[in-house]
Amino acid sequence: MSTIDTTASGTTRPAARVEELPMARALNAGLRQALADDPKVLLMGEDIATLGGVFRITEGLHAEFGDRVIDTPLAESGIIGTAIGLALRGYRPVCEIQFDGFIYPGFDQITSQLAKLTNRGQGAFSMPVVIRVPYGGHIGAVEHHQESPEAYFAHTPGLRVVSPSTPNDAYWMIQEAIASNDPVMFFEPKSRYWPKGPVDFAGTAAPLHASRVVRTGTDVTLLAHGAMVSVLMQAAEIAQDEGVSAEVIDLRSLSPVDYGPILDSVAKTGRLVVAQEASGFASVGSEIAATVAERAYYSLQAPVLRVSGFDTPFPPAKLETLFLPDADRVMEAIDRAMAY
Amino acid sequence: MTDIDRETGTDTVRFLTADGELAPTGSAEEYTPYLDRLSEADLARFYRHMVVVRRFDQEGTNLQRQGQMALWVPSHGQEAAQVGSAFAAKPQDHIFPSYREHAVGHVRGIDMLSIVELLRGNTHGGWDPTDPTNGNFHGYCLVIGSHSLHATGYAMGMQRDGVVGTGDAEVDAAVLCYFGDGATSQGDVSEAFVFSSSSQTPNVFFLQNNQWAISVPVRVQSRTPLYLRSRGFGIPSVQIDGNDVLASFAVTAKHLDDARAGRGPQFIEALTYRIGAHTSSDDPTKYRDEAEYEYWVSRDPIVRFEKYLRSLGQSDAFFAEVRTEAEDFAADIRHRTLTLTPPPMSTMFDHVYSEPHPVMAEQKLWLERYEASFEEGQA
Repeated sequence: MSTIDTTASGTTRPAARVEELPMARALNAGLRQALADDPKVLLMGEDIATLGGVFRITEGLHAEFGDRVIDTPLAESGIIGTAIGLALRGYRPVCEIQFDGFIYPGFDQITSQLAKLTNRGQGAFSMPVVIRVPYGGHIGAVEHHQESPEAYFAHTPGLRVVSPSTPNDAYWMIQEAIASNDPVMFFEPKSRYWPKGPVDFAGTAAPLHASRVVRTGTDVTLLAHGAMVSVLMQAAEIAQDEGVSAEVIDLRSLSPVDYGPILDSVAKTGRLVVAQEASGFASVGSEIAATVAERAYYSLQAPVLRVSGFDTPFPPAKLETLFLPDADRVMEAIDRAMAY
Repeated sequence: MTDIDRETGTDTVRFLTADGELAPTGSAEEYTPYLDRLSEADLARFYRHMVVVRRFDQEGTNLQRQGQMALWVPSHGQEAAQVGSAFAAKPQDHIFPSYREHAVGHVRGIDMLSIVELLRGNTHGGWDPTDPTNGNFHGYCLVIGSHSLHATGYAMGMQRDGVVGTGDAEVDAAVLCYFGDGATSQGDVSEAFVFSSSSQTPNVFFLQNNQWAISVPVRVQSRTPLYLRSRGFGIPSVQIDGNDVLASFAVTAKHLDDARAGRGPQFIEALTYRIGAHTSSDDPTKYRDEAEYEYWVSRDPIVRFEKYLRSLGQSDAFFAEVRTEAEDFAADIRHRTLTLTPPPMSTMFDHVYSEPHPVMAEQKLWLERYEASFEEGQA
């Protein structure tokens, strides 16, 4: 079933205002819209043209937009480095890194070049480059295919780091990231690629860097981004059954962090549990926990608790359910927070 | 036998011998027509730029020794490779330097004080590559070889913009990218070869093989002459005597023409020598042989070219005038260096992002108030 109506003129229009789509198709629609809106937008990456990417996120876009969707040689530093050159020439490249654990060969180009060039040039030029990274576990894959490397990039000045948790956010946030004149690391929760959710094509984009309350509650605040948001929603349901009212916040932006809704929520609940798939040491969750402890000290009735992946390499797939925080692990933290 | 003798094959393109005699090698013949583009005034310009930048380089070393800069990166000895190739570029071409290409920057018109500002610690950039008066000379890049990919991406953009292979000499453009022998070991340079070959971009990669990557000789980087490196990537290449400004000009002009015409990337290895230290923090006496140094001093690019110009009848007055110009240039750099003030605090925050960023605004304000608190305390 086609979810997007391609008109004879070649322009695309959503078939309806609101459609139920998986995130993978929402991203595809968002990329298509960005390509249609601005001739300077280019997609580049491994296997993204003819094949449509290993996750099929760019499926059909090469047929529609021709050489603006580029199959690159297999080299991540080369992809990011040439994207920088294209950006200097006035293009807006959107790079796909095939899997989270394959981003490191491009690390120097991202952190030492892409992130710093605008500062180096004292604002003479900007670096409108988006790097899409399918990230995270829950897919039973081999080594290097299930990692959560967000913290490396959130730690790097000059980058913006975002991660959608829903198809609707994916559709809008990818377009906002492409429209940004700054480099944006766009972490796509690959375990959420295929569950469907409503996408409001006629809606309005929420600000790219806004965090958002997605479930209201009064006793404890739960915070996460990407795939972990759905885990928090499960935990909130369980907590409800146990008489604990949990508020859930979708972080959406990892850098910068929109602390307003987080601090408002903590002022109300007095408790915060931060969850993430990434290893906990020196993580985004740790940073948020420290900041909330600094800024909401008098509101807190319990220490900020973190629920993270262990500080081990991501394990072989048969152990991944033990590594990845699930609703029960979040509940364990909620119970501890409520016990203070 | 020195490394250079091992490196230099019969294919090396040279027009001028070390004694300044016009004696083209066999491989130089196909490039001879490019010398016809040069007027006497052009030759005088070549000389003027080489001498002025060598004096600038000396002044930079002096200023560093006197505490005016954290670091100096000498270009002494590499003037012919840089000036000849830079003059081969057209105004619409773009240049991606490494960080030793002071003479290229001078030819392209940047204010040389901006190199001082960079190495003094006033800025990480120095000049605005988007300002047309700076000759499309992009920023220095200190992570060895990383800019070769930017140069390749830029050339990919030129292809998309339709400024390659049109046949219009005013439109067709190319990218000239400089790096050194050490950079050839970096993966980014190999990836630049892969991407440029794959897309057949209008890139000319110009390697200044100055024989040393800080303390490590070129034979540690490569067991084969470096100009052969690109051929496995499908990129045609040529080795030149990099201390011969005519070879540098003619060969770069030819390969830039090829690149602009859409014939894909090109690779030039210029054999030269870093007469000075790697930087002012280095001590080459710890690793370099005096005899090797003397050998290369005897092949000095400026001495060689001056002999050639004299053989053409250039007057003593001309050489005296250039020396005066170089002294004046150095004095001006010195004067302006001594009047430099530290950059405003705000420059640390203002351009980290192109768009407003709450953390930058917050931390900038915090620092301003923190600093102001000391002033209040003194009042």
